[in-house]
Amino acid sequence: MERFTSVQGRAIPLPVPDIDTDVITPIKRVMQGGDALTRYAFESLRYTPDGALNPDCPLNQEVYRDAPILLAGANFACGSSRETAVWAVRGLGIRCIIAPSFGDIFFDSCFENGLLPVALPQIELDALADEAAAGEFSVDLERCEVTTPSGRTIAFAVHPLQREALLAGRDSIELTLAREPEISEFQRRDRELRPWVYELAGDT
Amino acid sequence: MTARTLVEKIWDEHVVADLSGGLDLLHVDRHLVHDLSGPPSLGMLAARGLAVRNPELTFAMPDHTVSTAVGRTDADTNAGRLLVPALRERTHAEGIRLFDLDDVEQGIVHVVGPELGLTLPGVTVLCGDSHTCTHGGLGALGWGIGSSDLTHVLATQTIVQRRPKQMRVTCSGSLAAGVEPKDLVLQLIGEHGADGASGFAVEYAGSAIASMPVEGRMTLCNLTMEFGAKIGIVAPDEATFDYVAGRRYAPTGAHWDQALAAWRELSSDEDAAFDREIEIDASAVSPQITWGTSPAHTMALDGKIPDPGQARDPAARLARSKALEYMGLSAGEQLLGLPVQHVFIGSCANSRLSDLQRAAQVVRGRHVAQGVRAWVVPGSQSVRREAEALGLDRIFTAAGFEWREPGCSMCLAVNDEVVPAGERCVSTSNRNFVGRQGPGARTHLCGVATAAAAAIEGRIADPRPLARVA
Repeated sequence: MERFTSVQGRAIPLPVPDIDTDVITPIKRVMQGGDALTRYAFESLRYTPDGALNPDCPLNQEVYRDAPILLAGANFACGSSRETAVWAVRGLGIRCIIAPSFGDIFFDSCFENGLLPVALPQIELDALADEAAAGEFSVDLERCEVTTPSGRTIAFAVHPLQREALLAGRDSIELTLAREPEISEFQRRDRELRPWVYELAGDT
Repeated sequence: MTARTLVEKIWDEHVVADLSGGLDLLHVDRHLVHDLSGPPSLGMLAARGLAVRNPELTFAMPDHTVSTAVGRTDADTNAGRLLVPALRERTHAEGIRLFDLDDVEQGIVHVVGPELGLTLPGVTVLCGDSHTCTHGGLGALGWGIGSSDLTHVLATQTIVQRRPKQMRVTCSGSLAAGVEPKDLVLQLIGEHGADGASGFAVEYAGSAIASMPVEGRMTLCNLTMEFGAKIGIVAPDEATFDYVAGRRYAPTGAHWDQALAAWRELSSDEDAAFDREIEIDASAVSPQITWGTSPAHTMALDGKIPDPGQARDPAARLARSKALEYMGLSAGEQLLGLPVQHVFIGSCANSRLSDLQRAAQVVRGRHVAQGVRAWVVPGSQSVRREAEALGLDRIFTAAGFEWREPGCSMCLAVNDEVVPAGERCVSTSNRNFVGRQGPGARTHLCGVATAAAAAIEGRIADPRPLARVA
């Protein structure tokens, strides 16, 4: 997994609430695979019904080309558990999403893909969006700080373990595999307490 | 010992390791795998040189990508042709029990898990599908995960999770005749927003829940994802134990007695602290239907589409205007009387036997309106068999409905079963997102009776005058 320490660049304002993962990666594009995931990411926002690029969508605007930060609306990436939504956002070059709240499943999946989700209050998001056209932001995970084009800094919180994993570029499977003895011991004890969980009727 | 909520009790019982700061490594008792998310993660697992740690706790079935046409094969859909053989091959290699397309128990993973007794009170159930919250209807702790976490569960039989905040929704009174659990939960989401429970686990309690049949509780928990919470749960009670007893994989003999004693302890302590409490008078809930592109865009069936100007902030106002544009509707309009072209009765929200019985009460002796494509897609082969034994299939087919094979079908339209652009579908599923049922498709979510009434009338209609007591 690609590590995350800090990013610097433009931040794309997309203050639409409840953008769901079906909008981020429509199922038809999921099944096409390959670059369709990224090319058609946010399809109904980025394209007009006749298939042309929608110039009004900030994701299409030249000033935000290759911007590494997304300033999103509340409940960003709610809905389906499809991790393709994370992959598509990464495919657009985005490394950090700042939003008032996230779909819970998407939020967890970000950390497994080198993508940093940052939750800040709506009022802070509005202030960040006001500065979006003014220049570059930076997001520093070592210091847990966002710096705006005007030089203002905003602290954010991230779980220490998730922060450490992102900084090191480690996904959680590696960390958990090291705990195999604890898992075995848990199952040994649990099997005594709740045998019905392990010894299923049915096929046996 | 400090008072704990139901969720906290089950959670604590599954902690393999405290990872500090509110993160825990939890044991996964049941892992359900389906054709859409399963094969990619099984592939990732193999690519890392790992094997499935506990194949005997892992159960697989194709549901998302398969055709629901009678006489289907897995070659019938573009996605199924690719994914079903992959699921078959990988589960065989890993020793995972597969309920294949021709198995007498095949069906939607969230319908089959409970009906086979794989889902039990107090167990953790994970699946690469956001509607895994459905299993909370039996008092299980279930939630959906993405591909990376799915691979993690396959490899370690555990999951790293943040302890959720605790919410209780107390539903007093009881649902009026002709009002369904779906209506209750849609109204709840409408009042508190699609992110109303974001970051929470939601326990449903109160007299309306105590008197609600187990299948209805599953519908309620299923829609909890659309309320922003990964987990919805109802404390197991005698109705739950009756539901579980005798099912194929349910405990028997001494194990049953031991399990039952443990399950009777599964409720929130009287003085347990919840981070948020919501009360809703179930007696005042009326049939709901959605008008927009979020399950929160709901209204009373006989109401008028609300003015986007009433939304809580400018962004929400804009989103609601865009939703109306997509749906081809305007504020102030009634939905009653709006012509529809498709009706879909099915999905993990509403495809169980009691749902089909409810629909049949509306349909019996009537006929689907001309120009409407109306489908009933039972949630599992077991539901299909039981419905046929009751003659429900004949009621539906005589009325002009298609009686299909089990699967997710038009809920997410990954199996080529789509609603054409610009056409309107009244659906008992759980998502009305832009393009969910096909690019440009317009979805109205509602309960089963309302969907059945729309099929008969050819327009959105109140089912209550049509419904008959069985």
